[in-house]
Amino acid sequence: MAVSQTKKLLHKLGPLLGLVGLCVVLAIMSDNFLTVGNLLNVMRQVSINALIAFGMTFVILSGGIDLSVGAILALSGAVTAGLMASGTDPVLATFAGLACGALMGAFNGLAITKGKLAPFIVTLATMTIFRGLALVYTGGRPVTGVDSDFFFMLGNGYLGALVPMPVITMFIAFGVLWFILKRTAFGRHVYAVGGNEEASRISGVHVDRVKIMIYAISGFLSALAGLILTSRLNSAQPTAGTGYELDAIAAVVLGGTSLAGGRGWIVGTLIGALLIGVLNNGLNLLEVSSFYQQVIKGAVILLAVLLDRRAAR
Amino acid sequence: MSTLVEMSGIAKSFGPVTVLKDVAFSLSAGEIHALMGENGAGKSTLMKILTGLYQADAGSIRVAGEAVDIRNPRQAEALGIAIMHQELNLIPELSVAENLFLGREQTLGFSGILNAGRMRALAKEYLSRLAVELDPDAEVGSLSIGQQQMVEIARALSLNARVLIMDEPTAALSEREIDALFAVIRELRADGVGIVYVSHRMEEIFALCDRISVLRDGEFVGTERIADTSLDHVVQMMVGRELGERFPKREVSHGAERLRVENLCDEGNIAGINFSVRAGEVLGIAGLMGAGRTEIARTLFGLNKRLSGKIFVDGKEARINKPADAIGYGVGFVTEDRKAQGLVLGLSVRENITLSAVPTHGRSGIVSRSEEKSLVARCIDMLKIRTRDAELEVQSLSGGNQQKVVLAKWLNLKPRVLILDEPTRGVDIGGKAEIYHIINQLAFEGVAVVVISSELPEVLGISDRILVMHEGRMAGELATAGASQESIMHLATGGY
Repeated sequence: MAVSQTKKLLHKLGPLLGLVGLCVVLAIMSDNFLTVGNLLNVMRQVSINALIAFGMTFVILSGGIDLSVGAILALSGAVTAGLMASGTDPVLATFAGLACGALMGAFNGLAITKGKLAPFIVTLATMTIFRGLALVYTGGRPVTGVDSDFFFMLGNGYLGALVPMPVITMFIAFGVLWFILKRTAFGRHVYAVGGNEEASRISGVHVDRVKIMIYAISGFLSALAGLILTSRLNSAQPTAGTGYELDAIAAVVLGGTSLAGGRGWIVGTLIGALLIGVLNNGLNLLEVSSFYQQVIKGAVILLAVLLDRRAAR
Repeated sequence: MSTLVEMSGIAKSFGPVTVLKDVAFSLSAGEIHALMGENGAGKSTLMKILTGLYQADAGSIRVAGEAVDIRNPRQAEALGIAIMHQELNLIPELSVAENLFLGREQTLGFSGILNAGRMRALAKEYLSRLAVELDPDAEVGSLSIGQQQMVEIARALSLNARVLIMDEPTAALSEREIDALFAVIRELRADGVGIVYVSHRMEEIFALCDRISVLRDGEFVGTERIADTSLDHVVQMMVGRELGERFPKREVSHGAERLRVENLCDEGNIAGINFSVRAGEVLGIAGLMGAGRTEIARTLFGLNKRLSGKIFVDGKEARINKPADAIGYGVGFVTEDRKAQGLVLGLSVRENITLSAVPTHGRSGIVSRSEEKSLVARCIDMLKIRTRDAELEVQSLSGGNQQKVVLAKWLNLKPRVLILDEPTRGVDIGGKAEIYHIINQLAFEGVAVVVISSELPEVLGISDRILVMHEGRMAGELATAGASQESIMHLATGGY
């Protein structure tokens, strides 16, 4: 049994070992990789995918999937930018955007629980709806005029003139979400619902409520990512975030969370997101063509999941 | 009559647990041989060895006089050994003929193109051998359970089975279907097929079988000719001791009425259910499979929709529409299917025990880890849950210990009413006794206990009163003192 405990730990640490290994290789191959500036830059690039992937972790742990995250990102960003452009207080507009994201997520949760529909189907549909609404709202054009110091800070600011704000936001969100999953009754219920929904319901877990909360969290975090992106681009693009759901799912899966639900951890997701980010950065530094980058990224995901399966046996 | 199967000195263990030791079994051509024993006695393990699902650790098997080594189900099939499981292995969406030939479809040469006409004709032939009227094109899902069994038997025939093992074939059948099944079984016997008949129903065995073999705790007790034995003798062989020992005595005076159910109806499975249970009382619910026993529990607990009827807990009407409501009124439900409905298998013993009520710091929702730890330690100690570590995944525990984890989960809620559906299914004899002790302890503490069970000795051994169900209705209520297996069975089968 002690052997299996060690094996389990190794299995859990697999993604981290992969990340460290990748960093070592890149440090050797490129002089520019292992610099404070570059590493902070990587983390800032990672932060948007990481925030979405944190929410996706909750969703996947509960046995679901959320394909609408990219569209929520775009619509929330557009709403916030639109409000600010029409003179609303930037802080208010920011919170409105976040609330918007949480509401869209809650709508997903409601449709899934009360409508008894598959998460894949519901979020596939809402992905299209939310994207369509973003296009309607913006008329298909970028929304500009978001010049506020507060909002600018969100994506472009630095703490102590060194650490980018998005990185700070990512780590705060990570800390809070880790605590929720690990130390609260709600977090316990996320795992239980994903592990055995029927047994959870019979045990008195408010399964529907838990699921709606989960999708609302996912929506909220997507909106947060959307605001950071809007701030960085200094405008909201109606087509922003297209395909982000797949990057987020990749980060979650790379982190060792089971797509079947009930098993996994958010630390893994952070590592998974970093892994994808470092790989992107490294391939850029090594001047690999962006066409080949896609091939390599896909192969890495396949390899990682394959290794994970092996180790799990 | 020639001997078809001869098993001798069969032994099998799983890790440290010995399931079979030195078991002998023989089957002749043209006989119906009952295999009996309590749950966990080793019947199914023995049959799994004969059908190649398990390999024996020791012993030999001879089929038609030749020593054989059955390594997998395919090999057993080739030897003419077929098994009919309690859960039928049919695909509901496919037709009768398609099911009969599943995995060995008749094709036009090697083209891979199905020869549907030939399969239909062959299916007709097999079915007519059983003298059953079934359309080979009928979708299996639209047939009754009895008809589906006929399809399974026809499939065995199509494999030229000389040995047919039937595991509780009548569990879900109506009286008429049972008669039809018996006629077919006798027909097969006349054709020289050897039939192993696994069942708990004494009357059936005495009506149908030629010989009977009994296993107890993995050991072979003996084989008797039905003509030369009696029901009492068989029971004694199975139990091997006085019944009193298996069911610990309980001396509890009954208190006030805890649970009352008035005219409970669900959406078509049960109707007109009335009963009450007092504090400290154990009510048994008996009946055949599909008689609506589990549906009573599920409706009471808010899992199935209640069409009409009222539920009272401690004299106050309980408006229960979902499990969380029931729990709010102090009603707990230990489900029949531990793995699918009782446990989250991937979570630890600790997390499963506290699933229904995680201790938190006040209303913050933050888990109090120290409180949780001591609570779990108390449960493990009190219920004697054998696990090396509370952090182990619950699926690593034995059936009995898993069941105790489910019980612990409910005991934490300090229930006023606890419903247990088949609480000892898949639990070994030692574990059973411990679970009966826990039930007694609950009754002693004033809980109203409802136990649903298919095992008549269990119902008789632990209940104060017994409610018997027949086709979704109450067939009667018996005081345990005056009840017997026969009187329960009489009501359960619709009493004629």
